[in-house]
Amino acid sequence: MTNRAELTRRDILKSGAAVASVTLASGVTLMAFGGTADAKGADAGKRWGLLIDAGKCDANCNDCVTACSTENGWGHSDHGTPETDVQWIRKVTLKEKATGRTVSAPVMCQHCEAPPCVDVCPTGASMQRPDGIVLVDKHTCIGCRYCMMACPFKARSFVHEPVTDQKVGAPRGTGTVESCTLCVHRVDKGRIPACVEACEQAGHSAILFGDLNDPESPISKALESYPSIALRDDLGLNPGVRYQNM
Amino acid sequence: MDRTIYREIKATPALWQLGGLMIAFILAALWSVWTVEHHGHVITGMNNQIVWGLPHVFAIFLIVAASGALNVASIASVFGQKAYKPMARFSSLLAITLLVGGLAVVVLDLGRPDRLIVAMTTYNFSSIFAWNVLLYNGFIVIVGGYLVLQMMRKVDARWVKAAGVIAFVWRLALTTGTGSIFGWLVARPGYDAAIMAPLFIAMSFAFGLAVFLLVLMALFRLSDRMIGDAILIRLGRLLGIFAAAVLYFTAVQHLTNLYATEHGGVEWFILKDGGIFTALFWIVQVMIGGLAPMALVFLNPSRSSTMLASTLVVIGGIAQVYVIVIGGQAYPLDIFPGFEVVEGFNEGVVNTYTPSFYEILLGLGGVAIALFAAGLGAKVLRVLPTNLSDANVPGDS
Repeated sequence: MTNRAELTRRDILKSGAAVASVTLASGVTLMAFGGTADAKGADAGKRWGLLIDAGKCDANCNDCVTACSTENGWGHSDHGTPETDVQWIRKVTLKEKATGRTVSAPVMCQHCEAPPCVDVCPTGASMQRPDGIVLVDKHTCIGCRYCMMACPFKARSFVHEPVTDQKVGAPRGTGTVESCTLCVHRVDKGRIPACVEACEQAGHSAILFGDLNDPESPISKALESYPSIALRDDLGLNPGVRYQNM
Repeated sequence: MDRTIYREIKATPALWQLGGLMIAFILAALWSVWTVEHHGHVITGMNNQIVWGLPHVFAIFLIVAASGALNVASIASVFGQKAYKPMARFSSLLAITLLVGGLAVVVLDLGRPDRLIVAMTTYNFSSIFAWNVLLYNGFIVIVGGYLVLQMMRKVDARWVKAAGVIAFVWRLALTTGTGSIFGWLVARPGYDAAIMAPLFIAMSFAFGLAVFLLVLMALFRLSDRMIGDAILIRLGRLLGIFAAAVLYFTAVQHLTNLYATEHGGVEWFILKDGGIFTALFWIVQVMIGGLAPMALVFLNPSRSSTMLASTLVVIGGIAQVYVIVIGGQAYPLDIFPGFEVVEGFNEGVVNTYTPSFYEILLGLGGVAIALFAAGLGAKVLRVLPTNLSDANVPGDS
């Protein structure tokens, strides 16, 4: 049996450790909203993904982009140009060269299983949660933009000017890189991403969100039933975002 | 011949003036950095399409030239060419200062330069960028140690050689790392090529020797010291060989890409339809920076040919790095193969870039840091021989 003095010392040490872990935990929780690899909200058994049905996407609708901008607080620029402005999600209209058929679809971070942005980031700020969501840790991003050079989808933006009107769920920072977080702050609370919700509300339901690892999820069933493609499939990155009717 | 004597260069008025000019450039660069940090990168010419701009062109040129500036020391220590030995100390010093100048530009252009400590303490080892941080820091330490060994009295020549070998192997690794920053970018058709590593090594040999020759000749003129024609002609010929090596790797790079249909787009962009990039490639990089220096040093070997060839290699080198860095980003990513983009966010279009005044100042500031530090080093350290006239240059063994 240990003596009383030792217990007391241990208790003091324990209490110190508790304070440290509380501080750490709150820091981690804070970062988790902005996006670090705190696994508390991220379930390694899941892989979140999107299935975008280009057949249902209306070329004249921009609601997903607007919703993302409103939800995450990007899109107001004082001095920027379209080239310098942040763009987490964008709408593209494409014409198939061989047939002339046109399609429209949103493009955002494709949340690759093997993300080049994570590979190239010198500090590890560009990272992937266990549930597959690819994020930038705003605390360790040094603003080198190498991830932007590496991203095959042009999904990332560098914040070129001081940010205002930040949202609690999506902390941002001048001089750092950011991209679609798959609305991680909503997903961790059991909600769907803002773009998906907006598309539903617009009556298109062109974006389906769900767990790619769950064979019973609507997204997995849809992927099983109908052909779909991944952008730049040749690179072998296995994106979490897939497209139908492209 | 006399014994080689190393002496600090004299503080002539011309040297002070040049030093003052360099400090003015450094201050201007710091002002530029402060302004960009205050307003954000929105005031630069860089954007979310061209994410690396003129600062990176300067930085990469300086970093590549840094490892090449060590050529002369390597040839003396590793390959035993005695004629190069009197210049070996300065070659080592310049290698360090060029690297410091280049790194200063990279760091000061970061979105968050205040987080340099993060980059120095947090490593993602799957990133070639992180490895480069280690390679660059290691280079400064190793070449610094090599320089100290060269300058110490009564040091066994074997130690100097050993340090020289380590520095030589390290500089090859360093340039491989720098080339791989681009070579390993799988998504961009303008990069994604293993040949980037050897191409960058060839570039470093040429750019580094050219910068070394120009700085050496300038410091000798400023300090009224003699440098012989024979050694300059010999170094000029070496520069011509290095310029040929750059052209060779460049030709292989483009021919290989041309053969692959999927890379045809970016190749024709650089070689034929790219406007400024095509002009920079053919006129500045290939003709002015490659063929002209070769013609000068091989057809008309002379002191002035070496000097002019060095200048042309530097000009061509900056153009080459510009074409690689900016040209590679200007060509659009092929995100939707088989489709033409009707409407999008700068999709499928050639991205334009105009460097801002701030970027020019920052880039020149990096050059000024490298030159000021090299001059200061020559002023306070015994790194430059008092006499490099032909009669005083040791013959080869």
